[in-house]
Amino acid sequence: MPTAEQISPATVCDGDRSATTRRIVWLLGALLAASMIVALATGSAGTSLWQALSDVLQGRELSLRDRVVLLDIRAPRVLMGCLVGAALAVSGAVLQGLFRNPLADPGIVGVSAGASLGAVGAIVLGGALVVWTVPVSAFLGAWITTILLYRVATRRGRTSVATMLLAGIALTAFAMALTGILVYVADDTQLRDFTFWTMGSLAGSTWSKIYVAGPIIAIPLLLTPFLAKGLNGLTLGEAAAGHIGIRVQRLKACAVLIVAAATGAAVAVSGGIGFVGIVVPHLLRLASGPDHRYLLINSALLGAALLVMADLICRVIIAPAELPIGIVTAVIGAPFFLWILLRQRGIVDL
Amino acid sequence: MIRKITALFSGLSVALILGTGATQAEPAERIVSAGGSITEIIYALGQEHRLVARDSTSNYPAEVSELPNIGYVRRLSAEGLLSVNPDLILAEEGAGPPETLAVLEETQIPIVSVPMGHNRAAVMDKIRTVAKALDVPEQGEQLADSVGAAIDSATSQEGLENKRVLFVLSMQSGRILAAGTNTAAQGIIEMVGATNVVQGFEGYKPLGDEAIITAAPDVILMMEAGGFLSVPDADVLAHPAIAVTPAGQNGDVLRMDGMLLLGFSVRTGQAITDLAAGLRDANG
Repeated sequence: MPTAEQISPATVCDGDRSATTRRIVWLLGALLAASMIVALATGSAGTSLWQALSDVLQGRELSLRDRVVLLDIRAPRVLMGCLVGAALAVSGAVLQGLFRNPLADPGIVGVSAGASLGAVGAIVLGGALVVWTVPVSAFLGAWITTILLYRVATRRGRTSVATMLLAGIALTAFAMALTGILVYVADDTQLRDFTFWTMGSLAGSTWSKIYVAGPIIAIPLLLTPFLAKGLNGLTLGEAAAGHIGIRVQRLKACAVLIVAAATGAAVAVSGGIGFVGIVVPHLLRLASGPDHRYLLINSALLGAALLVMADLICRVIIAPAELPIGIVTAVIGAPFFLWILLRQRGIVDL
Repeated sequence: MIRKITALFSGLSVALILGTGATQAEPAERIVSAGGSITEIIYALGQEHRLVARDSTSNYPAEVSELPNIGYVRRLSAEGLLSVNPDLILAEEGAGPPETLAVLEETQIPIVSVPMGHNRAAVMDKIRTVAKALDVPEQGEQLADSVGAAIDSATSQEGLENKRVLFVLSMQSGRILAAGTNTAAQGIIEMVGATNVVQGFEGYKPLGDEAIITAAPDVILMMEAGGFLSVPDADVLAHPAIAVTPAGQNGDVLRMDGMLLLGFSVRTGQAITDLAAGLRDANG
């Protein structure tokens, strides 16, 4: 005899899900903590985190090699993985809410293309003078693109989401054309640098990059919870959201700036890591519903955990060499996502 | 942050200084080679027993593939390098990324930057730098002498001045990526005494159909086929622009091993001899 739940699974999802949702926040938090610890403890150099910890607790001096491996290689990398993963996933969730379109992702509003343009410009024209020329100019590229986009889409203080989407596509095409010109004048070593950059990697994570990119990513992310109610209201449509007291114009401006800062900095330090911005929010909508109050924080936690684990795979799978992380996120994530879509067809709407 | 940046700069400059005049207290016994041409020199010096890992461009001699691969020379992983416990890293000029070199510098593992170049002097320089870093300067001088002699006897070729060569790095969906000036391909073509038809740009760039016809190469020079991206000779000759050039008319596609041809290492003498023989055989 089938039970009531088996007869109509939809009713289970419909009611108040806040209990499940709260449990999911804790679960994801635990997952992130666990993945960070595992990532810190694992690596091809074989340095043991536990051995190092017990040595330190007993007042013994760590060897230079172990100190470098733990503090200068693994720690900044794990931290950078958290920042970038959270930035990409939250940006995806915010944009999907803002555009009321499940396909929206940082790539679509031109942020990623602007960042690429900045990075290539630095690689080709500036050379690698200072380690952070590439990240900083990638961030500037993203920033300029977003401001341009916002200006184009805003008339008399009102921003048209449709215009913004279309302008984003046009700006992406333009930025990619400029990138193409730069790629043409690049020599072959610069070209190879660029190819690797587009595949994405957390390999270059250093403390100095975290000092530069960390605040630009973390501050906007900490502000996103204030957008949650507004984004929830926006699912009713702009007019209805305005009627229930949401300052739609201000919401849109804040959301776009937050996304530009977080994604711009993330793309700048890690290159092109696709897929996180689309998959993570969708998975969470399936698991805990579309309420942005939970969706945004859950996206940050799951995005961070996912990227830390993906980076761990990159580091160990072909050690002592390394895979670009964009390949890993796509190869593992894409089939998994398709499988979810096939199983849960029909409930992927916002 | 300032401290990190200065540490980084000093890291880079230490690497450069080490590149010009490093002498270790004790000869290194666990060496990583980041660069195919460096690996060839280490083998030619008979020092391969000291090699513990190599990069992905090191493919000669064949037994080097048994060593752990640390990845592409410009994308080295700091932890990956440390995992093989090296006491000396020999890296081609341009190896990186700089973040990796900076972290390695903190571990005080010496990194020797080996100069690159596409002529006889550069090969000599490379051999001497590697031999010095390995603490076998006498063998280095001997090797430099014999490689230099091989290059000299190979370069005194005649009758190739009028051979017009087009080096094609790759051909994808009909787009020809050709070697311009300031490339390894240009270097070896010059050493053999022939002419590189592409003088209009530096590096490897796509060459337009009409430019190919105007260039009128006698021989198309390519790397040996292998891998899923390689294009068979028949497809190269069927390219509409190449088909009307002297090379296309006579079916002259010359293939050589990429590392032999473009490595500028101990086998460069042989590369010149082989290339000269290949060009002589060509009908044009």
